[in-house]
Amino acid sequence: MNLITPEFGLLFWQTLIFLLLFLLLAKFAWKPILGSLKEREESIDSALKMAQQAKEEMQSLKAGNEKLLAEARKERDQMLKEGQAMAAQFVEQAKTTATEEANRITQQAREAIQQEKSQALAEVRNTAAQLSVDIAERLLRRELADPAAQQKLVDDYLKDVKLN
Amino acid sequence: MKRLLTLLLCLCTFVGFGAEPTESGEKGESFNPGEVILHHVADSHEWHWFSTDNGHFVTYLPIIAYQPGKGLSVFSSEELAEGKTHGNLKLEEEKLVTTDGSKVYDFSITKNVAALAMSSLLLVIIFTSVAKSYNRRAGQAPSGLQNALEPFVVFIRDEVGKKSIGPKYERYMPYLLTVFFFIWFNNLLGLTPGAANLTGNIAVTMAMALLTLIITLFSANKNYWGHIFAPPGVPWPLYIIMVPVELVGVIVKPFSLMIRLFANITAGHIIILSFISLIFIFRSSATGFLSVPFGLFISMLELLVSILQAYIFTLLTAMYIGSAVEEHHHDEAHHEDFGTAEERAGGSNLAHLGRPDVAAH
Repeated sequence: MNLITPEFGLLFWQTLIFLLLFLLLAKFAWKPILGSLKEREESIDSALKMAQQAKEEMQSLKAGNEKLLAEARKERDQMLKEGQAMAAQFVEQAKTTATEEANRITQQAREAIQQEKSQALAEVRNTAAQLSVDIAERLLRRELADPAAQQKLVDDYLKDVKLN
Repeated sequence: MKRLLTLLLCLCTFVGFGAEPTESGEKGESFNPGEVILHHVADSHEWHWFSTDNGHFVTYLPIIAYQPGKGLSVFSSEELAEGKTHGNLKLEEEKLVTTDGSKVYDFSITKNVAALAMSSLLLVIIFTSVAKSYNRRAGQAPSGLQNALEPFVVFIRDEVGKKSIGPKYERYMPYLLTVFFFIWFNNLLGLTPGAANLTGNIAVTMAMALLTLIITLFSANKNYWGHIFAPPGVPWPLYIIMVPVELVGVIVKPFSLMIRLFANITAGHIIILSFISLIFIFRSSATGFLSVPFGLFISMLELLVSILQAYIFTLLTAMYIGSAVEEHHHDEAHHEDFGTAEERAGGSNLAHLGRPDVAAH
């Protein structure tokens, strides 16, 4: 057989068998194989995408958490500050109230003292008047006995009584 | 190591040459290496396994002959062995002829047809089992044979199909994969001792090249035909030259596919057989020290060539189909040489055409 002249018989069989092989492989091998490969690649692709998405979600979640934490911290700081301010205000108010109260009590005491004093003075006056009346009474009783003695007595009494 | 090997080979050569005149002079048996080698690489009507002093170990294959007027006749090739005739049929240099010179069509199951059927069966068994393991192990990592062959399938799909054909690659994948694995497996089987040299037969490569041509022509869009019958950027008087050149180009592409595969595989076989023949030419077993390492080296090279040629055939097929289905941009000027195609494609597989090393294969 000549090496470089194609044999008609072999050409025929090659075409026939090769086409048969092609059809068989295309239907029973390449279709499922390529299909599975594509499916697998798509599933890997989608899995990777999902992982990426999850990562992003986690990052955003983390960022949200941090933001929340920062806000909470800020709020706490503000609350502390407010509390301090309020406490200071309370103290200040209490101080003011105490001072006012003290002033008021002092004032009241002063007024009471004044009142007592005037009361006492009035009592002294009354006592003095009573004494005067008593003296006058005794004088009047003595006058009945001895006018000279009465005069003397009056004088003595007057000597004793010192109006102060 | 290399130097040692060279020294060894030189010694062997001397031994070989030294032995040659004495022994071949004494023994009168003629050894015709050309005939033996051609017998090994060519197709045959019987499967000759080996010969010993006790005779030939041969499997006789069926002969199917069709003679216009006489009809179909099927019989064993044993009836035509050693120059015998069956009816008016006889074998002349492995070619089926009639004694009376009338026309006969030879549809015999020759050695190559038998090898073709067996390798095709092997391919079907292998790849259907691989496909089954894809179904069985859906959603799991590939294993075994499936794992071994998957990289090749993916490579042909991604590096050959997608890159050379473009977005419409999926339609052509079954053909490309069949071509690739058919050529590769048959190249490897052809290297097996006793097996047929199927991919080194020009009828086989011709059939595949014709299929590529048919697929290319049937999938060609109007850009492709426009490029042939009205090459853009060419003044119309030049059409008289350009159109025939383009038409010849259409034929030359599959022709080169046919010749490239045939020549590469046959050449490899011839080289290996030549090295082995040296032993018989010099009639000295010492020549084996030269022939065996060289034959081994070429055999290793052939293992590489097996897959390389399968890849090149598939790649070029994909590129021809790619050029047929490509959508051209109208504002671009077109040139005939592939150097500009390389620039245009920007490092795609079209660039390989311009490369001398690939073209040489």
